[in-house]
Amino acid sequence: MKVSLFITCLCDVIYPDVGKDVVEVLERLGCEVDFPAGQTCCGQPAYNSGYRREAVKAAKPMIEAFADSDYVVAPSGSCAAVIHEYEKWFPGEPVWQAKARQLAAKTYEFTQFLVDVLKVTDIGARYKARAAYHTSCHMTRLLGVKEAPLKLLEHVEGLELVPISNAYDCCGFGGTFAVKMAAISTAMADEKISHVEAAKADVLIGSDGGCLMHLKGRIDRLGQPVEVKHIAQVLNGR
Amino acid sequence: MPMKIEGGPFKARVEEALHNDFMRGAVRRAQDGLRGRKLAATNEDRDFEDWEAWRQAGEAVRRHTIENLDYYLEQLSENVEARGGHVFFAATAEEATAYIRQVVKAKDAKRIIKSKSMVTEEISLNAALEADGCEVVETDLGEYILQLDDHEPPSHLVAPAVHKNQAQIRELYAKKIGYTATEKPEEITAHTRKVLRETFLHADIGITGCNFAVAETGTVTLLTNEGNADLATSLPKTQISVMGMERLVPTWEDLDILVSLLSRSAVGQRLATYVTALTPGREEGSVDGPEDFHLVIVDAGRSKALGTEFQDVLHCIRCGACINVCPVYRHIGGHAYGSIYQGPIGAVLSPILGDSDAFKTLPFASSLCGACTEACPVGIPLHEQLVAHRRAIVEDHGEAPWFEKLAMRGFGAAAAKPERFARAGGTVRLAKPLARAWTAEREFPAPARTTFRKWFEERKGAGR
Repeated sequence: MKVSLFITCLCDVIYPDVGKDVVEVLERLGCEVDFPAGQTCCGQPAYNSGYRREAVKAAKPMIEAFADSDYVVAPSGSCAAVIHEYEKWFPGEPVWQAKARQLAAKTYEFTQFLVDVLKVTDIGARYKARAAYHTSCHMTRLLGVKEAPLKLLEHVEGLELVPISNAYDCCGFGGTFAVKMAAISTAMADEKISHVEAAKADVLIGSDGGCLMHLKGRIDRLGQPVEVKHIAQVLNGR
Repeated sequence: MPMKIEGGPFKARVEEALHNDFMRGAVRRAQDGLRGRKLAATNEDRDFEDWEAWRQAGEAVRRHTIENLDYYLEQLSENVEARGGHVFFAATAEEATAYIRQVVKAKDAKRIIKSKSMVTEEISLNAALEADGCEVVETDLGEYILQLDDHEPPSHLVAPAVHKNQAQIRELYAKKIGYTATEKPEEITAHTRKVLRETFLHADIGITGCNFAVAETGTVTLLTNEGNADLATSLPKTQISVMGMERLVPTWEDLDILVSLLSRSAVGQRLATYVTALTPGREEGSVDGPEDFHLVIVDAGRSKALGTEFQDVLHCIRCGACINVCPVYRHIGGHAYGSIYQGPIGAVLSPILGDSDAFKTLPFASSLCGACTEACPVGIPLHEQLVAHRRAIVEDHGEAPWFEKLAMRGFGAAAAKPERFARAGGTVRLAKPLARAWTAEREFPAPARTTFRKWFEERKGAGR
């Protein structure tokens, strides 16, 4: 199966190791992974900040870059969700709407692709930790992917998954919200971190680089011992 | 600007709220309770099997009503008038209060008893009547508490005094009305009841809001848990009901759907304790009910949303479910919003109804987590409306910081050209000017030595 990787901005520049883990997991499961060089950013930071014109400038090369792909996989529920919203970004432009629809139909978040398309839940991973899972809002609410990451984590040998209170509450990242409303964003992170602490988890796992960067940034500032991992890093544990 | 509540700019209010541990604790506890009860009454209630189907039915009723608003408003007013009621359409808050003041003056009324109503908050009715020398008493427990506390504005659409706890309320009662009993809710409520009964017996006029007006019969319906609306509608000879122009349903069947959704969404009840339906015209043999009935239908900016991308916001049934799940509201409480409408619905509604300058920060006070949209029982895409406001503020009004405009322009130019985007180091490096606000509270990760892009190219050749 041929899979095109949409790496996302954060993963490309800040967390390239997550990208490597994604590639290795997909290849281990028999996928042929390619990386269309024309990809840029999904446009979410601009769109959600109110800059619709600039967002559309990012969306067009994205739509074109993956035009020939069979499947598009992204290690971020949020960026994948945005691609599913693209059609709405082109009111009155039926040609672009159709192209956007085609891209959305073949775009998956990483764990969603493993579970829904490759139909695997046990990929033979081993990772010894007491872990909490952070659900990303855009992945669960906008993309509608709730179960896939949990199903995969349940089968990781050595991983003890512990529940946290108010698990579905936002961590406070929210893209530019994290800097525009830094005080509120931090208060939200602190509550999330307090729930992770209360669960005595030593690792916090998530499926979205944005949430993880925000939470890790705050955990480190607070000097907490909790580690933060992207789910691909855990699933690639051997 | 009646909707605006006193206080500094948004950032200063937020700062104050975040340092108010007491209020934050009260709000967190209330929020957890309210949304837990809502979930139990919707998703987990086996008698109410398909919440989604009810929700869709609710949305359909609201959409149909708002799309045919002129027709149903006319039907409603014809039916109210046919039964001897008076209908007044107020284009502005000032027109609404002027009409009500004139009714009060004509009756030479001094004592007014009120049930909780957000639209009367919106038009600052109490202040207007008090300026005329009237005594206005709120009958909703929460509203009564706020009224005692020097007319503090509500901090929640449904539970206006949600930010206070029992000890604070006891203290307030002791100071203002010589209360001497304990902080037990039963004792506080019993005392309030005694005070309100006295007022009730001597009121000249009763003023209520309106949860939904039923167009086909000209009926005003009120949902309360304390029966307080009934105090305002049974004894006084004159009753004035004030409604936002969108608060109506075509038929009683439609009312059934919306009452089911509202009761469950607001406080997790299958049905509000009191659902009162009032159709004007005192029938022969009736022992109570007003002789004179006035329905004031308030526009006050609502029609600005009609025919725009914000029309859906008029579907709102004021249940507060979005507030009860909002993580931003959870940490800053209601007063920080600076509007009598708080939380996600407040952030969408306030810039439409009120002065857009005063409320233009509110649409940015959201992480766009979508919890509000998920909770809304009539399917308003609240997080999308927040983005629509942001777009209008940035693109139509050009109101964004210059450095942000510059950064976004740079982003657009780079994102349109993949090679340039890769060279620039992607969004992360373009976002560097924003890093200072990030690092004030959090660590910022050092970018990795090589990008993924480069690693992949070296591994496999130049893409495809």
